[in-house]
Amino acid sequence: MNNCSTLKRRSPIFRKFSNIVMNCFCLLSITLALFAMYSILVTVWQHGSDALTWEFLTEPSKPYGEENAGIANALLGTLYMSLGAALMAVIPAMAAGIWLAEFGKNNKIATILRFCGNVLMGIPSIIIGLFVYVLIVIPAGHFSGWAGAIALSIIMFPVIMRTTEDSINMVPDTLRESALALGMTRMRATLSIVSRSAKNGLITGVLLSLARVSGETAPLLFTALFADVYPNHFFEQPTASIPVLINEYTNNSPFEAMHNMGWGAALVIALVILAINILTRIIFHENKH
Amino acid sequence: MKTNIKISARNLNFYYGKHQALFENNLDIPEKKITAIIGPSGCGKSTHLRIYNRIFNLYGDQRAEGEVLLDGANILSPSTDILELRHRVGMIFQKPTPFPMSIYDNVAYPLKLHYKMSKSETEARVEQALRHAYLWEEVKDKLNSSGMALSGGQQQRLCIARALAAEPEVLLMDEPTSAIDPIATHHIEELTMELKQKLTIVMVTHNMQQASRISDYTAFFYKGQIVEVGETARIFTNPTHQQTEDYITGRFG
Repeated sequence: MNNCSTLKRRSPIFRKFSNIVMNCFCLLSITLALFAMYSILVTVWQHGSDALTWEFLTEPSKPYGEENAGIANALLGTLYMSLGAALMAVIPAMAAGIWLAEFGKNNKIATILRFCGNVLMGIPSIIIGLFVYVLIVIPAGHFSGWAGAIALSIIMFPVIMRTTEDSINMVPDTLRESALALGMTRMRATLSIVSRSAKNGLITGVLLSLARVSGETAPLLFTALFADVYPNHFFEQPTASIPVLINEYTNNSPFEAMHNMGWGAALVIALVILAINILTRIIFHENKH
Repeated sequence: MKTNIKISARNLNFYYGKHQALFENNLDIPEKKITAIIGPSGCGKSTHLRIYNRIFNLYGDQRAEGEVLLDGANILSPSTDILELRHRVGMIFQKPTPFPMSIYDNVAYPLKLHYKMSKSETEARVEQALRHAYLWEEVKDKLNSSGMALSGGQQQRLCIARALAAEPEVLLMDEPTSAIDPIATHHIEELTMELKQKLTIVMVTHNMQQASRISDYTAFFYKGQIVEVGETARIFTNPTHQQTEDYITGRFG
């Protein structure tokens, strides 16, 4: 046994002091982040709340000067494109994420796939828009909501793949083992026990990626473009969306009334994304217990 | 009365990658008895146990050499049907691992996995398994609530019920009580003593009192080797090896 009483003591004052400094620093950072979010929401509310009427939400957009213009077509377009993207991306992206987590340990192909996913996540979304423009829009000869959905699905894919892999990785090995120990095949254990255990994480990943792509603007400029009509010809005609509407109305229009509508649309999309995030939180918390 | 040998390990070596963890293990597990595996941490107790249902196969860098005969057939041979093996040899883990589903579904899962049976038959067998694990009285009114919501000891008994439902011949228990409280431990020990009338039990334990209380045979492992095997009463009162005696009397480990 060492006898510590003969050692020279290190004063705890510095440790206590650095603890206080770090705590203050963290508090300051949190305040800054919250303040940024607060001021964004307040600004959007101040500029956009006047436009928020029932007609605004239920009428389609119209050229400048016409009465009763709204954003219903753009809301519907954003909904169609986001859900269309999810329809295309969710299942293959989850399958890829599950494969990476369960079967892709110490595996060359998995390392490459993981790397590609990270690169894809880092590619500016405007480049993905250009890619789909060259690949789909030019050969087809027209802009379409469908092309927009494809661009969004490419953005979604790596996000969902990553969140899926992360949440499957968080499932303890003992659960896998106990599933296998009952005589389940690896695939069955993965799909019906491990994935079920990671369900919250999987849903969260999908919802957050939906929130992300529903606010994407750049990739839609080259693919879905915009139209003052409802997206009834999703596959062969330009389709309106909220982000592009905001861009058009606030950036490319000289009229005050259009600016206000742009702000109104910004408020709507901000509230929707906020709602998705809060919803995700609630689901996550409820199932934790 | 002569006891049959259910499992027989012959010249068993085990490797984690390049690291050898077990050396020439030879061990006979008698049928319908409780065999305890004791030894200090890291001596290879769990490693040895995890070969009996080949659960180590989950990890690509682990491999076993030698033979493990289950009713005379080598389970390490490549022709072994691993799903059938695990149907016959169930396992309970250190930490309770209820599946993220209802109590009923937890127990019904292996039934549906291995058998075709009617709903009423399934219900009857789920009840039987839960009664067997002495859990029925505590959960009969909340079969549809989540298995994750039970206490630690209840969860472990749920896992035992789940393992029993498919009627295995052997039950491997890897420190089944080390993560739960003394009362629950007592329940599980009593349950284990009941179970040996029907099946063969191999239990790894850190707790020497537990080994001496419930097991019929005890194997003492040290540094990946089996130092001594024998009837529990003899091992604990009159060990032949100095290492065994030192461990049992608490001089190391």
